[in-house]
Amino acid sequence: MDLLQTKGIEKQFLGVKALKGVDFAVKAGEIHALMGENGAGKSTLIKIITGVYPASAGTVYFNGKECKFRSPLDAEHAGISTVYQEVNLLPDLSVAENICIGREPRTKLGFIDKKERKVQARKALARLDIDINVGENLSSYSIAIQQLVAIARALDVDCKLLILDEPTSSLDENEVKELFKVMKKLREEGMAIIFITHFLDQVYEVSDRITILRDGQLVGSYEAKDLPRIEMVAKMIGKTPEQINEMQAGIVKNTKFGDVVFEAKDIGCTGVISPLDVNVRSGEQLGLAGLLGSGRSEVAQIIFGVDPHDSGTMKMSGQDVNFNRPQKAVKAKVALIAEDRKVTGIIPDLTIRENIMLALQASNGIWKTLSPKQQEEMAEKYIKLLRIKTPSGEQLIKHLSGGNQQKVLIARWLATNPKLLILDEPTRGIDVGAKAEIEALTQQLCGEGMAVIFISSELEEVVRDCDRVIVLRDRKKVGEVAGEEISLKNVMKLIAG
Amino acid sequence: MNKTSNKFRHLVWPLVSLALLLLFNAIFTDNFFKIEIKKSDSAQEAVQTPVVKDELPAAAGEASEAAEAAVQAGEGAVQAAAQEAEAQAPAEQAAEQAPAKSDKGVSIFGYYLYGTPIDILNQGAKVMVLAIGMTLVIATGGIDISVGAVMAIAGAIAALLISLLDAGSCPGAGMGPNLYWIIPVAAALILSTLAGFWNGMLVAGFGIQPMVATLVLMVAGRGVAQLITDGQIITFDNPGLVFLCNGHALFLPFSVWIVVTMYVVAGLLTRKTAFGLFIESVGNNERASRYAGIEARRIKWLTYVICGFCAGVAGLLAASNIKCADSNNAGLYLELDAILATVIGGTSMAGGRFFLSGSLVGAILIQTLTTTMYMKNVSPAIVAVPKAMVVIIVCLLQSPVFRAKVLAIFASKAAKGGVQ
Repeated sequence: MDLLQTKGIEKQFLGVKALKGVDFAVKAGEIHALMGENGAGKSTLIKIITGVYPASAGTVYFNGKECKFRSPLDAEHAGISTVYQEVNLLPDLSVAENICIGREPRTKLGFIDKKERKVQARKALARLDIDINVGENLSSYSIAIQQLVAIARALDVDCKLLILDEPTSSLDENEVKELFKVMKKLREEGMAIIFITHFLDQVYEVSDRITILRDGQLVGSYEAKDLPRIEMVAKMIGKTPEQINEMQAGIVKNTKFGDVVFEAKDIGCTGVISPLDVNVRSGEQLGLAGLLGSGRSEVAQIIFGVDPHDSGTMKMSGQDVNFNRPQKAVKAKVALIAEDRKVTGIIPDLTIRENIMLALQASNGIWKTLSPKQQEEMAEKYIKLLRIKTPSGEQLIKHLSGGNQQKVLIARWLATNPKLLILDEPTRGIDVGAKAEIEALTQQLCGEGMAVIFISSELEEVVRDCDRVIVLRDRKKVGEVAGEEISLKNVMKLIAG
Repeated sequence: MNKTSNKFRHLVWPLVSLALLLLFNAIFTDNFFKIEIKKSDSAQEAVQTPVVKDELPAAAGEASEAAEAAVQAGEGAVQAAAQEAEAQAPAEQAAEQAPAKSDKGVSIFGYYLYGTPIDILNQGAKVMVLAIGMTLVIATGGIDISVGAVMAIAGAIAALLISLLDAGSCPGAGMGPNLYWIIPVAAALILSTLAGFWNGMLVAGFGIQPMVATLVLMVAGRGVAQLITDGQIITFDNPGLVFLCNGHALFLPFSVWIVVTMYVVAGLLTRKTAFGLFIESVGNNERASRYAGIEARRIKWLTYVICGFCAGVAGLLAASNIKCADSNNAGLYLELDAILATVIGGTSMAGGRFFLSGSLVGAILIQTLTTTMYMKNVSPAIVAVPKAMVVIIVCLLQSPVFRAKVLAIFASKAAKGGVQ
């Protein structure tokens, strides 16, 4: 018996058909991976199931009954809980308040029972084997803990189907293991779990079945053990396994290095990162590796001038510079594609064209305006070059899928023609196809003489693409490997210490 | 075609509301659309309310309000205004003289248009001007509730300086009354721009919440204005200063041309440069804008400075209109009208996309509403109630969610009807 079933779901957004008749089914007591490239329609399907959007056509059956949820709350009451990629909690409330929000335990007089609330919160967290002070503000904990709190909150209600949308993208390896343990335990309790992720290893680690979507259409549902990995990727991007091998082999690594583009000496900030040297030559790709919270993003933020530094000097092409504001870095042709796309990247209500032209216009200033024709040409050029999926550059960027938004941000910075490009987790939450595209693109840019600093929590990527890797641990530089020495083993050894 | 319709979509509902209001007036108000061409030299002597105030300092505030109401009502509504002012002898006098136009009939070409629609434009000029600055501030995600008080400051400094100049006790008096009014005008604009700079400093420089930051000047501003005028209501009759809101040029009130100029300049400044894009970007996602290399703080600061300047212009218009600086009542609650005009015009209080043209229509709508109330004998004491109702309706119409819900009701009714 299927717990959840969808029949012929269609969804139309302003001129774009996001879903074209999707049939999908989940059984109780299984972990079901929903796979697909960015823009394949995974998120849209989830949002229709949970009542965020109404479907343009088709029906959803839950527990054998036809359901039309009007809101996520509606779905939650019926027993469908969702944890989104971005933590949707209130950072300034305590952990306990977050977990019990909307269903606070009451005293006899109808007031909120604060003691009981803490007890309930602790119980909910204990189910995930987490022991933290539930009275603290949520924001005082790491993103990983916040994510687990979100899951605890979702489980707290009487939940039959748990949807996890990219739950692991901000978790480190141990935390992922913890999460999988919890997922398996819940499966044994008979809960159905829909699991969306871009990490292919993880899919095989926990999933029983896999459903693949492509371009809003159902490709098929398969038993995980019957679907080899390369075939799954092939189905996701609509190419044969042979073509994929070719694609991966097609990434040509640049080996021509020029002069030093950027040089930082003893740069650091008390309490944030210990002083370290960073330098990168033209044509070179420098990797920053380390665990989450090791200080790798902080280095990028300091170089770009978002965060202040209290020691050290910087040189750009041999000239002394002091990037204490992003504006200065941008003017000196440094670009940063930061980690958190939604908070530090996109301007949701502006069009794709405006989002693309923004950084170049900012470095030009208010008066040197790009003409409408220039803007349109620029947007068209990058939409074509980066294969951004959109009917036109006048579409609002918020209507794009995550991977396409990321491409727009890359376009924004390529338009400024940077000498140094810093990429902080550019491939997070992005599918295989887009990942390969971005990797190929950075190599191509290096070939054109750009210097690239690449930050990623996926070590394979760092090892594969970088010419030199700086390893960070506990907000300190602990080593540097270059050339032949770069291997997964060496980097791991440094990270572990 | 689709592109243009999107561009003007925000204007549809305010314009529909305005049209309905005008239609209401066309049917129920006599001579609403009657516009005459008058010759300047037939003009009577100017309104003498200031003199009245001097005689009755205690009632001065009320008188100035009533006088303003009377002026607002225009010729078409003399009767209405007179009725309303019945209780107040000085105001009645003002009402009778309301049609009496500007100072010594100053007008280019010697002819000008006269009638209620023209009067709406003239009286609405203050809010229209305020709405420019308010729109930009709101687009950055902020708000400026001090503009009314800044208007009072601008009026106070202008009136003080003009009285000093008239008395000859201020440098520049040598230029003669036909020229030296430029000094108070400039001083008022500089002072109000500084007030805007102060607001911007608190908001963008020190990161204080906009509502709190501008509350400081909202409360203290009137005190500053009182300080400038030493607690007195200063009257003036300088032809230059009076011309601002009472004179005519090219057939229309001069204030209308001020509004037109300011909107054109603001439009060019925001849409022909990247300023508008930066404002929308900062209002929509400040952090991401900073990461894109936009000087977010500077942009925000600048909008408050512009807002202050606009408040200065509005303050001069207000003072010019009644030929005196009344620190207690000048621009009172006008910040609310300016915010309303902005919201009615389609700019979201959350910041982001902004529509200057929408704010202009919003301001005209609000003034039309006010004038309609006066002409329909609605007492000034309760005028806020029907005004609030219309404003709520317009805001609801502007909301896509509300429209969708209403449409859904109609759709389901239609469907039921079809089944039966």
